[in-house]
Amino acid sequence: MIPEIGHFALLAALAVALIQVALPLLGVWLGRPRWMEVAVSAAQTQFVLILVAYLCLTWSFIDMDWSVAYVASNSHSQLPLMYRISAVWGAHEGSMLLWVLILAGWMTAVSVFNERLPRDVLAMTLAVLGAISIGFLLFILLTSDPFARQFPVPLDGRDLNPLLQDPGLVIHPPLLYMGYVGFSVAFAFAFAALLSGRLDAAWARWTRPWTTTAWLFLTLGITLGSWWAYHELGWGGWWFWDPVENASFMPWLVGTALIHSLAVTEKRGLLKSWTVLLAILAFSLSLLGTFLVRSGVLVSVHAFASDPTRGVFILEFLAVVLGTAFMLYAWRAPKLARSGELNLMSREGLLLFNNVFLVVASAAVLIGTLYPLFVDAFDLGKISVGPPYFNMVFLPLSAPLVFLVGIGTVMGWKQARLGDALRRLRVPFVIALLVGLSLPWLLHRKSELMAMAGTFLAVWAMLTALVDPWQRIRAKKNRWFGLRQVPRAIWGMSLAHFSLGLWVLGLSFVSLYSVERDVRLGPGQSVELSGYTFAMEGVQHYAGPNFDADRARFTVSRDGRVLAELDPEKRRYRAQGSMMTEAAVDHTPMRDLYVALAEPLENGDWAVRVYYKPMMRLVWLAGVLMALGGAIAISDRRYRLASATRRAAVAGGAEAAA
Amino acid sequence: MRWQYLLPVVVLAGLIGLFVFGLQNDPREVPSPLIGKPAPAFALEPLGGGSAVGVDSLKGRPVLVNFFASWCAGCQVEHPFLMELSRRGIEIVGLDYKDTDADGLRWLRQHGNPYAQVLADPGGKAGLDWGVYGVPETFVLNADGIIVYKQIGPMTEDAWRTRIAPLMAGGAE
Repeated sequence: MIPEIGHFALLAALAVALIQVALPLLGVWLGRPRWMEVAVSAAQTQFVLILVAYLCLTWSFIDMDWSVAYVASNSHSQLPLMYRISAVWGAHEGSMLLWVLILAGWMTAVSVFNERLPRDVLAMTLAVLGAISIGFLLFILLTSDPFARQFPVPLDGRDLNPLLQDPGLVIHPPLLYMGYVGFSVAFAFAFAALLSGRLDAAWARWTRPWTTTAWLFLTLGITLGSWWAYHELGWGGWWFWDPVENASFMPWLVGTALIHSLAVTEKRGLLKSWTVLLAILAFSLSLLGTFLVRSGVLVSVHAFASDPTRGVFILEFLAVVLGTAFMLYAWRAPKLARSGELNLMSREGLLLFNNVFLVVASAAVLIGTLYPLFVDAFDLGKISVGPPYFNMVFLPLSAPLVFLVGIGTVMGWKQARLGDALRRLRVPFVIALLVGLSLPWLLHRKSELMAMAGTFLAVWAMLTALVDPWQRIRAKKNRWFGLRQVPRAIWGMSLAHFSLGLWVLGLSFVSLYSVERDVRLGPGQSVELSGYTFAMEGVQHYAGPNFDADRARFTVSRDGRVLAELDPEKRRYRAQGSMMTEAAVDHTPMRDLYVALAEPLENGDWAVRVYYKPMMRLVWLAGVLMALGGAIAISDRRYRLASATRRAAVAGGAEAAA
Repeated sequence: MRWQYLLPVVVLAGLIGLFVFGLQNDPREVPSPLIGKPAPAFALEPLGGGSAVGVDSLKGRPVLVNFFASWCAGCQVEHPFLMELSRRGIEIVGLDYKDTDADGLRWLRQHGNPYAQVLADPGGKAGLDWGVYGVPETFVLNADGIIVYKQIGPMTEDAWRTRIAPLMAGGAE
C-alpha cells in the first residue's frame, strides 16, 4: 500500500507541475496576476507531494519490503538502519527521486524568499523550474519507477552496493545534487530574464546568492566525493579524472566563472549576455553530467546504473530544455547586450580573464571526457583519456588563474593603475617568493621546480587574499571596530581565495612528494617508508553485520616512538560476494600515513600497500573552507535587507541602463 | 540575430549528434575470448534431478545457451522475449546459475518455461568455465558446438534481429 501511495503522489506532483508551467505563463501573457500567483502554491504543493513519495520509498526500505523491486535490489535484511535509509539514493531510481525532491526544495525556496522579485519574473522563474520538474517526473514514471513491485517476492534483498556502504557516501550524493540542481535556479532566472527582457543589475544581484549557495554545496559534494574515493577505493588516489568526477567538476568550473561574472554584471552592468550564457551553461553541464552518469554512454568506475533507453530519454530532454534555452538566448541576447566600456586594467578586466580561463578549462575537461566518444565516432578503437592529458592541460590553465586571483582582489573597478595594485602587493610577493624557494627544501630536502612554483602560487594566493580585509581594517582608527566593519561578502571572498591557495599547497606537495610501496608482509614483519616504520602485528577475522572481514593491525612508529595503530580491512559482503578495501589512515595536517590490504597471499602473508602523503588533508580542508567562504558571503547583510536593496537595485539598474 | 549568438545551439546540436551515436554503441561490449572456440565442457544435471548431461548434447544444430537465475532481475526483463523465441521454434538451453532447484523450478512455473532443456549449475562452475560475468548472458553455438556470439545482459529484440538471427540461420545451412 505504501509504495502505491508514493507512486500516486508522484503522479499528482506531475499534474501540479503541469499547472505550475501552464497557468503562470498564461497569466503573464494575458496580464492576470491571480494566475501568476498560482506558481507559488503549485511549487509548494509539488514539494509536499514529492516529499510524500520520497518518504514512502524510505519507509519501504526501513520496512524491508522486498516486493518493491528497487528495495530488493539495493537493500538487505542485515543492512544497518543508516544504510537502509541512505540506500534510497543508492541506485538509479532513488537517485532520480532525490533529484526531483531537491529540485522541488529549491523551487519552494524560490517561492518563499523572493521579496525583491517582480511578480511576473517570479511566475516565469517558477514555471521554468516546473518545466524541468515535469521532465524529470516523466523520466521517473516512464523509465525508472522506484515503486515497481515484483512477484514472486524474494526472501531477502540483494544488498546495497558495498562501495556505497560508507558514511561519506551517505551525504555525498545529496550534497552533490544540491549543487547540480541548485544551478537550475540561476538557469530558470536567466530564462525568465531573457523572456521578459529585464536583464539588469537587479537580476544579477538576485541571482548571486542562489548561485553561490548551489556552488558551495557542489564544492562540498566534490570534496566529500574525493575524500570517499581516497578511503574506499584503496588506491590512495583522491582524484581520478573519471567521467563521473568530471561531470561534477565541469559545472563547478562554470559555476565559479558565473559567480565572478555576476559580480561584474551587478557592479558594472557589463558582460550581461555572457553572464546569462554562463547561467545557462552551468545548468546545461549539470544536466549533461546526469546524462553521462545515467546513460552509460561512457565507461566509468562510477557508472552504477545505466540503461540505453534511459539515456535516450535524458538526451531528448536535454535537447528540448537546452535547445529552447540557447535558441531564446540567440534571439534575445543581441538586443540586451550593451557594448559598455570594459577596461582590461581593472577588476572587471581581470574577472574577464578569470572567466576565460575557467571556461576554457571546463571545455578542456569536456573534450577530454568525451574524447572516447569522438574516437569511437571515427572508429579509432576504444580508448580512455587518462590523467596525463588532464594534468597537462589543466596546469597551464590554472596556474595563471591563481596568480591573477591575487591581483584581482586589490584592483579597483572601472579603471585601475596596475602600478598601484602591484605596490600594494609587494610584501606578499616577496614573502611568497621566499617561502616558495625554501619550503620544499626545508620539508623534504629536495627542491623541485614544480614544488617551488606551486608553493609560491599557494602562498601568494593566501597572502593576497588577506590584503583587502587587512587594508580595510587598517583604514579605521579603531582596529576592532574596523574588523567588524568589513562586509561579510569580503570575508567570504577572502576565505575562498585563501582556501584556493591552501588547496594549491596541498595539491603541489601531495602530488610531488608522495611515496608509495607495495610489499609482501606477514605478521611480525615491517616495512619502512620515508622514515616511518609500518609493523604488521597480525590479522584477525571478524564478522560485521552484513560482511565478513580480515582486519590487520599495524603499528606505525618513527625513531622507536609509536605514532599510531592502524587497522585496515578487507571485507567480503555476503549478499553479493564482493570484496571491499577499507584503508586505514593516520593523519596530521602535514602528512597522511595510509595502509591498505591488497590481496591475501599464502602462509598468512598479505600484499600490502603503504603510502606517505604529505599535506593530503589540506586538499579537503581547502574544499570545506572554500564552501564556508561561500556561506559567509551569502550571509552578507545586503542580501537580508530586502527593502533597502530593492531601492539600490532599482537605482543600480537605472544606472546600468544609462 | 548575429551569428555568434547561435554558436551555443550549434555546439549543442553537435554534442547531441555525438551522443546519439554513442548510445548506439555499447561501451560495455566485452568481446569474449571464447568466440570461435568450442564450448567448454560440462556435466550438469537437469533442473529437478536426472542423469548428467554433457556439452556434446548441444551439437548438431544451432542452439542458444542462456545463463539465468531466479534471483536475477535482468532475467525477468528478457524472459518474455525468450518465450517469444521459443514459440518461434528456437532451441534455447537454460543454465540455472548459482540457484537452488526449488527456486529455479518455482520461477519457471511462475513465468513460463522457454527452455528446451534446463540444466542446473548450482555452484556456478560451468558459468566460470564459460566466462560468465553476470546473469543473464546468452551464448550462440553453431552446429559444430563452436561459440559464435555472446550476448551480455538481457537479450533484446534488436540484438536478436541484427546479430544473432543471421548467425543462427548461417549455422543451419
